[in-house]
Amino acid sequence: MSNLFYNAAPQETRVAPPRKPARTYPTGKPTQVYLFGTCVVDLFFPEAGMDAIHLLEREGIRVDFPQGQSCCGQPAYTSGYTEQAREVARAQLKLFANDWPVVVTSGSCAGMFREHYPDLFKDEPEMLAKVKHLAERTYELAEFLLHVCDVQLIDQGAPLQVALHTSCSARREMNTHLHARALLSQLAQVERVEHDHESECCGFGGTFSVRMPDISGAMVADKTQSLLASGAQQVVSADCGCLMNINGSFEKQNIPLLGQHLASFLWQRTQTKQEASV
Amino acid sequence: MNSQRIHAVDVTARNLKANARLSLKDQQLRHNMRSAMDSLISKRIISMPDEDERENLRELGNKVRARALSELPDLLELLEANLIKQGIQVHWASSTDEANAIVLKIAQTRNAKQVIKGKSMVSEEMAMNEHLTEHGIEALESDMGEYIIQLDNEKPTHIIMPAIHKNAEQVGRLFEHRLALPYTNDVDSLIQSARGILREKFFHADIGISGVNFAVAETGTLLLVENEGNGRMSTTVPPVHIAVTGIEKVVANLQDTVPLLSLLTRSALGQGITTYVNMISAPRQPGELDGPEEVHLVLLDNGRSQAFADSELRQTLNCIRCGACMNHCPVYTRIGGQAYGTVYPGPIGKIISPHLLGLENTPDHPSASSLCGACGEVCPVKIPIPALLRRLREENVKSPQQAGQVMDGQGSRYSAKERLLWKGWQYFNSQPLLYKTGTFLATRLRALTPKNLGPWTQHHSAPKPAARSLHELAKAHLEKQS
Ligand code: SF4
Repeated sequence: MSNLFYNAAPQETRVAPPRKPARTYPTGKPTQVYLFGTCVVDLFFPEAGMDAIHLLEREGIRVDFPQGQSCCGQPAYTSGYTEQAREVARAQLKLFANDWPVVVTSGSCAGMFREHYPDLFKDEPEMLAKVKHLAERTYELAEFLLHVCDVQLIDQGAPLQVALHTSCSARREMNTHLHARALLSQLAQVERVEHDHESECCGFGGTFSVRMPDISGAMVADKTQSLLASGAQQVVSADCGCLMNINGSFEKQNIPLLGQHLASFLWQRTQTKQEASV
Repeated sequence: MNSQRIHAVDVTARNLKANARLSLKDQQLRHNMRSAMDSLISKRIISMPDEDERENLRELGNKVRARALSELPDLLELLEANLIKQGIQVHWASSTDEANAIVLKIAQTRNAKQVIKGKSMVSEEMAMNEHLTEHGIEALESDMGEYIIQLDNEKPTHIIMPAIHKNAEQVGRLFEHRLALPYTNDVDSLIQSARGILREKFFHADIGISGVNFAVAETGTLLLVENEGNGRMSTTVPPVHIAVTGIEKVVANLQDTVPLLSLLTRSALGQGITTYVNMISAPRQPGELDGPEEVHLVLLDNGRSQAFADSELRQTLNCIRCGACMNHCPVYTRIGGQAYGTVYPGPIGKIISPHLLGLENTPDHPSASSLCGACGEVCPVKIPIPALLRRLREENVKSPQQAGQVMDGQGSRYSAKERLLWKGWQYFNSQPLLYKTGTFLATRLRALTPKNLGPWTQHHSAPKPAARSLHELAKAHLEKQS
């Protein structure tokens, strides 16, 4: 189908354009990974980090949680404080010295490692090489479970309707909406329901929600209303920034629906009696 | 009428936040915008169903624009030479004041009393109507959307569909009040009656004014697309035609316009091609039956060369003004175009307006985005809008004295206090011991978390730290494992 006339362009621009190549995944599970929990998970959703560890350990992978970790630097970076973001990024980089994969429990922080660290260190060749190496072995949790671990989930729960919310930077940088969808579809009793404007931002945007509270508030109000209208009994997301925003808004409106991190949801749905008792 | 409505006269770009607050309260506006944007989003996607082909075409569009910009000074010279050769008079304006003065002079030389306009965002940028009116020349908009908002003394809310924020009932009421027409909400009859009025005006106008979609350097062609025919009327019926355009609209050759046109019309309205594609290359020639006796082109800089000078910011000038970024922007969809207080609203407005007006006059524009990336994902010429917004934020919080000034109004949001806060944040997040002590205290003192956290708690309950941080839980767990 060439109804878009692009062949009419001059010869030198008619070549097939370079596309971002699909990511290639290592074959076989590693024995050891790093976990980067992210600052929001650390303080507000620690159980999501723990459930990520459980899920990884069940795959037979040892998890290292470097105690020196804090924040990926995104809040300062997106607020224009590039220098401050760079120094925080530098502190994180030191922690992942071994060659192991780095699994991140949030798509937007994984995106920060992969897409924006190279920009932060573009003028420091030595650091840039390290950053590129980090970018190559950084995975968002759902992506890692699905494509590297080739996980096979066995649903242990009762029938449930679930709405999935994906963060924008994650869906546009890491394709996490597809990864999380694929994982949810492995759960026999879970039905994923669509909601209106699913690909639209929840209004968090880091400091945006504080700088522009009214606009952000209108966005999250619409988001929570459409999640509610979907009839889902449970909201799931792989990004804790969005979850903090969405849950905070649900609570303020007294809507008895709370979002849960994908890691916690998956772990709870797939635990066997034996796992639950230890 | 809704008393919360934003009126053009109250709105300035400096008040984006306050304007937005007013718009958000206007439920009718919220409703109109949402349904209009949803329909445009689906039209765009239907018109480019093959994802590979769409992405190929966007890549090509980006290349064509980038190549044109890389040769911009040469192409502009070539364009000028070819236009002059063909009898079109070329004028250069570095500011909107200069551009207005040029237009006024042409009008006065011709003793013009009435000007009829096709759609042109650059003339909005110049506030040309106001300028001409002040000098006793009537300027009438002939694009249906522009006509509607002119009747209502408003500014366009969208660069392609200036009156998209109004529904048929509102337009019906407006025509009833301003044109004394019987009320109807039937779109076809509304358009027919307005057309009837406008048709008359074309024959009495002394000058027709238009914008330009692409100016082709190699052939000296001004290319103009439109659906209503008013563009063709304004450029052919009156004895003088003045086209106004930004300097970045130039492309190398006619071939280059083919992919750009395809991208423009599909991204804007989901159309394969528009009803009218005008190509203007000369005034009326001896023996020809129609066309103006005089054709002028005004090339406006107005801050564009500032964007041009920086290789990253230069990408702003790729824009072909399709409006797709607005249609997909969750912020724009909520607040509408007028809240921006600038001629170009939405994502493109947030990256171009600081160049046109200076960051000091658009201090909140770069921040009014969640950086969700929807704009960059749809832009037909692949402008990395989120990256440019981030870059502008960086320029915006720099100290005004800091060296390497690339923009007017650099540092308009500079605050020593805020910078200090971020330095504290940096220190906190790069000193593990400090970080751990901080999070330890936050978890232990969680009962003391304040209920009021300023702007955050206007729309959310206050988040409460967990009883134990992940650092602590993971440490305990992993020690047990080994
Ligand atoms: S920035 Fe891109 S999407 Fe927005 S109007 Fe310009 S060309 Fe269209």
